[in-house]
Amino acid sequence: MPNEPLFCQRFEIHGRDFVDAGKASITIKGILREIGIHPALIRRAAIASYEAEMNVVLYASKGTMELRITPKDILVSVEDEGPGIPDIELAMQEGYSTASDEIREMGFGAGMGLSNIKKNADAFDIHSVVGKGTTLDIRFRL
Amino acid sequence: MKLDAVRKILNCRVITGADKLEEEVGVGCGADLMSDVLAFIKPSALLLTGLTNVQSVRTAEIAEVRAIVYVRGKLPDKDAIDLAREKGIVMLCTNLPMYESCGRLHQHGLPGGSELEGGLRDAERAPLLSTL
Repeated sequence: MPNEPLFCQRFEIHGRDFVDAGKASITIKGILREIGIHPALIRRAAIASYEAEMNVVLYASKGTMELRITPKDILVSVEDEGPGIPDIELAMQEGYSTASDEIREMGFGAGMGLSNIKKNADAFDIHSVVGKGTTLDIRFRL
Repeated sequence: MKLDAVRKILNCRVITGADKLEEEVGVGCGADLMSDVLAFIKPSALLLTGLTNVQSVRTAEIAEVRAIVYVRGKLPDKDAIDLAREKGIVMLCTNLPMYESCGRLHQHGLPGGSELEGGLRDAERAPLLSTL
């Protein structure tokens, strides 16, 4: 199979865990560096993963992030259990944010996250069910 | 601009990376919101921020920031310092506020991100950089 995963790793993400927030994305960056991915692509993938990971930490109760590397692409899939997003189109707009003061004090919640993920990805899919959670598929072509 | 020049211009204390002050940064970015840093910062940049928690360093590592200047006399948390040491990120601290820190560096020729995209030509920037 030409698109069979060559590598797959799953990370648990815990909501409100500001101590470990971002660790999974730094691990992903290390993996991509180790296997010799082009530095510009590593930076794009790391930024998009970190934005997605922080969204789970800041807004959801828990979630998972999975890295899959195939001969053709890198796929980062994020699935969370959280409040969901009622209006995805609105949430994708730069500057739109529902962040609390506490989140802003942590340095996040500027309303740039989802649009920044899309900007850095080659393909981006988002699905959300209010009251259940949100899933993201972020794809980078090799 | 060499990090040692940044240290002199802003009268900084060096927190981590004293052996890396000969390294260069090509662009500056001042922000307290890491979301803005992730959206706009260029690689090999100097980040000026008042955010002192570990996320300032994780964001720097993800976005390939070369050095962080903490402004307004703020000192980073211990976790942040430990992570910066591990990742080889230079940390400096100045008593100057954000506006004055950015202003002084810009006056000495360190461009902002938009200038790298065509705002300020090399010919205009070179005489300023050569004074350091």
